[in-house]
Amino acid sequence: MTAVDAPPRRRRLSGLPGFYAVVMRTAVQTQFQYRTANYLYMVGMIAEPVIYLVVWSAVAQAQGGSVQGITAGEFAAYYIVWTLVRNMNIVFTPYGWEERIRQGELSGLLVRPVHPIHYDLAYFAGWKFVVILLWLPIAAVLSLVFRPTFDVRGVEVLVFVAAIWGAYLIRSMLLWALGMVTFWTTRVSALYELYFTAELLLSGRLLPLVLLPAWAATIADWTPFQYTFGYPIEVLAGDLTTGQLWTGLALQAVWIAAGALLVAVVWRFGIRRYSAVGN
Amino acid sequence: MGGDRAPAIRVRELRRTFRVAEREAGLAASVRSLVRRTHRDVEAVAGVSFDVAHGEVVGFLGANGAGKTTTLKMLSGLLHPTSGEVAVLGCTPARREREFLRQITLVMGNRNQLQWDIPAADSFEMNRAIYRIPDAEFRRNRDELVELLEIGDLVRKPVRNLSLGERMKAETAAALLHRPQVLFLDEPTIGLDVTAQKRIRAFLAEYNRRTGASILMTSHYMADVQALCSRVVVIDAGQVLYDGGLRALTTRFAAHQTITVGLPEGAVDLSGYGEVVESTPDGRTSLRVPKAQASAVAARLLAAHRVSDLTIEDPPIEDVIEQVFASRPAPTAPVTR
Repeated sequence: MTAVDAPPRRRRLSGLPGFYAVVMRTAVQTQFQYRTANYLYMVGMIAEPVIYLVVWSAVAQAQGGSVQGITAGEFAAYYIVWTLVRNMNIVFTPYGWEERIRQGELSGLLVRPVHPIHYDLAYFAGWKFVVILLWLPIAAVLSLVFRPTFDVRGVEVLVFVAAIWGAYLIRSMLLWALGMVTFWTTRVSALYELYFTAELLLSGRLLPLVLLPAWAATIADWTPFQYTFGYPIEVLAGDLTTGQLWTGLALQAVWIAAGALLVAVVWRFGIRRYSAVGN
Repeated sequence: MGGDRAPAIRVRELRRTFRVAEREAGLAASVRSLVRRTHRDVEAVAGVSFDVAHGEVVGFLGANGAGKTTTLKMLSGLLHPTSGEVAVLGCTPARREREFLRQITLVMGNRNQLQWDIPAADSFEMNRAIYRIPDAEFRRNRDELVELLEIGDLVRKPVRNLSLGERMKAETAAALLHRPQVLFLDEPTIGLDVTAQKRIRAFLAEYNRRTGASILMTSHYMADVQALCSRVVVIDAGQVLYDGGLRALTTRFAAHQTITVGLPEGAVDLSGYGEVVESTPDGRTSLRVPKAQASAVAARLLAAHRVSDLTIEDPPIEDVIEQVFASRPAPTAPVTR
């Protein structure tokens, strides 16, 4: 007596890739159930780039058509690509960590033979496919309204596709590491706010990095933030040379590796603390 | 199963101390605690030892705060012991090795195996991937669990639309898809109605019979314990008070027995024989008497009255457990540092 219908026969991935495939599929199923909520959320999120865009367009017009060489059309291109990159940057946050530890959900994850980071990476990655699908009409409407100037080469599209996932991984690692501070403090929100402010300024989220004063640009160069916002946006909306495109990807890889190492180290000590203190 | 095989669970002198911050109530105390914090060491588990054999079902009993959950957490690798030894299937739980985690399951009240927004059948798929269960085995296990728990129609509904009882059954199925050899169950039937409780109980007994898995379970429902466990370990204040058969527990700790006597002449005052618990107009009277005197009281009753029937019963297990705790001296005050 088979109570559950056998799924159609297909070749399954095994091991960790198989786990990723199942969790991503689950995320897509779950998020499609909330498509209206997802849509409203995305529409709400447009307010931020539209404000930046309106401000910079006004400044450009007042200065005779451009700000340090960036035209209104280029600003429009920048902030429209921004909307997708911002959505790619949504990852498991420190708020989620606080909740996870307080509610005891982490214990449930710890008795499974898979590291919990794989679940988060896979789940949010699956969600991205829903987000990208929902983003397309939003980008179309914004393009009609703000008339962006795009000059895109084939290689830039390829690098962009890789770079948005690179941005996703970097931000995932950084915020996972930050979230794990919860093992020691139980409240990590204040630290997250600090991170958020630094990121806003140094990542290209608030304004394109070329508009930063020299001292701030120097700091930005030494932080991973620009590889989560400014770089992927510039790949598509800016005019990076082929060399800059590949160097950017390589530096993303470096930051992913550094982030993974940081996660591994903090996890090692954090989990020791968790199982020492209990919950 | 060989007789000289190592036990599935082996616990020796297990201890767990928690350091908790404490302060007096009030604003002044809260300001003082900014500068100087006082801590107190609380010994949640204070030297517990027991074994669970392969295939054995053991009830782990104790009042709230007795140290049951802390012990289960140490056995499943969520907590490091302060001292002592734990081996589960030959592994050290605190290392949380994959091989260990693949062979156990921990079911704790509300800890979810299931994703809220999707049907349980899809969550089962996720567990297949997590535990890397081969396809054929997964289908066999899943269909067997679905049949035993009678949840064929439920697994296609989003979990959020299930009742508590339905969800617990689906949770139980999800927790056992990988055929764990050791089950740690913390209140597996809590909050369920009587029918659902019975279903889960019958299912666990059947799972144990079919797979030979060992089960260590806590429950406040004595019906769970009576139906499933041949042996119980009772702990209080972090220490083992009793470890043995359920029957022997009653024999050892029950201080009273209940004599129910039926008298054809109708209601008669029998308070001279013992404490009258209940008396009905048709002549049935229940008396609570000290266990040592039960036979003598019964003999006196038979000699003095025309008795139509008479039974001597042990008290309900709940009362016995209560008796076990009552017989223990109050826990000593924790060390302050």
